[in-house]
Amino acid sequence: MEITVHQLMFGLFSALILVFSVLTVTTRRILRAATFLLLVLVSTAGLYFMLSYEFMAAVQLTLYAGGIVVLIIFSILLTSHISQKFEPVGWKKAYFSALAAVAGAILCITSILQHQFQATTQAAQEVDMKLIGRSMLSTDRDGYVLPFEVISILLLAAMVGSIVVAKRKKLKE
Amino acid sequence: MPFTFSIYDFTGFTQWVDATLRGACSPFWATLWEMVIVGVLFLAFYAVVGLYLVYAERKVCAFIQNRVGPNRVGPYGFFQTIADLIKLLMKEIISIKQADKLLFNLAPFIVIVTSFLALAAIPFAKGLHPIDLNIGVFYVMAISSMGVVGILLAGWSSNSKYSLLGAMRSGAQIISYELSVGMSLIAICVLAGSMQLSVIVEQQRDLWFIFKGHFPAITAFIIYMIAATAETNRGPFDLAEAESELAAGFHTEYSGIKFAFFFLAEYMNMFIVASLAATIFWGGWMPLHIPGLESFNHVMDFIPPVLWYIGKTAVIILIMMWFKWTFPRLRIDQLLNLEWKFLLPISLVNILIMAFIVLMGWYIGL
Repeated sequence: MEITVHQLMFGLFSALILVFSVLTVTTRRILRAATFLLLVLVSTAGLYFMLSYEFMAAVQLTLYAGGIVVLIIFSILLTSHISQKFEPVGWKKAYFSALAAVAGAILCITSILQHQFQATTQAAQEVDMKLIGRSMLSTDRDGYVLPFEVISILLLAAMVGSIVVAKRKKLKE
Repeated sequence: MPFTFSIYDFTGFTQWVDATLRGACSPFWATLWEMVIVGVLFLAFYAVVGLYLVYAERKVCAFIQNRVGPNRVGPYGFFQTIADLIKLLMKEIISIKQADKLLFNLAPFIVIVTSFLALAAIPFAKGLHPIDLNIGVFYVMAISSMGVVGILLAGWSSNSKYSLLGAMRSGAQIISYELSVGMSLIAICVLAGSMQLSVIVEQQRDLWFIFKGHFPAITAFIIYMIAATAETNRGPFDLAEAESELAAGFHTEYSGIKFAFFFLAEYMNMFIVASLAATIFWGGWMPLHIPGLESFNHVMDFIPPVLWYIGKTAVIILIMMWFKWTFPRLRIDQLLNLEWKFLLPISLVNILIMAFIVLMGWYIGL
């Protein structure tokens, strides 16, 4: 069987995602877990690149890899010491987590198998910036202006909240 | 496909390479070979540029400080950095007992891989553009936001207070200044109406964006230069490795080739930042064209695009080195004040002004 570059890359990225996901939850050192999480997210971005969905890939890289993981690493840097290691979890916790993970996997796989995929010969459509900008701010059927504004309010509330929390600590000193 | 090669347009040459490979072997192996060729070329490019930027920095620094600089190895000390590299390669790699070995070894690779990835989207000349993503500017921003992870990991896993302090400073600095870099680039994206680097270069055929967008474009350029210098951890923003306070900052504990990786990545990041500035503001490989002066434009067209690109990048790198050896180092609170109280508000207002100018059609065009 002739394998194409696409299949090879898909296999590579999936293997990376699987291996690093397992490592993320099994490692006993917190910063290592964060690093493995970073590698999982970067490999996911690789999958998006493979599907020529560059915008999503770049968003994945900036928001998750460059934003959230950096934030997590920053908070680890401030709070934990290098010698700190977590105790292995008890068998009860491990058992139930495994059960939840397997149940989730079964749910996902059955729904994927249920879906009727339609093969197409059309070239992948490019998602350009103008299209994204229009649908982000339009009120039409494909417009997302309401969720966009709601999320903005949520973000604003979170920012105000974090400033309040940070200020109160300063007053106590 | 016939063999064609022109220094003015590489499209024919790259297509010839592609066609020859596809004729010689199956599509799978052809793609693989192309990946190998591009990868090896980039590695060589990376090494050469890194080495000669170090040499250039030492010469520029010497010139500013009224010294001679490296002058023993080769003519004008031209091979000094190669000798330094051989020395670094032969040095012992000290492994630290109390460090987190895995992360300690991984950190330099993360730093170097991110700078390598960012290089992939830079247009070097006409037809010499590794990947032309439709969100090119955003891609480079996204990749460069990941480099900080390597620095943070290096600082933490070294298990040394100097490294940790250096990493914290560097993290705070890069995360803050990334915003201004992005905002100043967005101002130009508004003018260009695209984020695709090839389109941005093509649109500067008549006039470079820094002239076309006049006032807001110049503001964006100044903000970009300041913020980019800070983002690459260079002086006067080199708090992360302030040698008088922190030994060497986040890479205090690294030795031999691993230290060389950090060193090389730092110079490469400077190169990437400079070539992005050259592409976005000064037209990349596009020759200097002034509307109305036909004969002048034709004369400019005789200089190959590659030379234009290298020349512009070199000038911007020179400006950044000039910064480093002229200004005193900032304190961390001054650094964060500069970003959050001055650069960010100015660049936000600048985007608004730019959008208004584009809307009214007040930019200089034909």
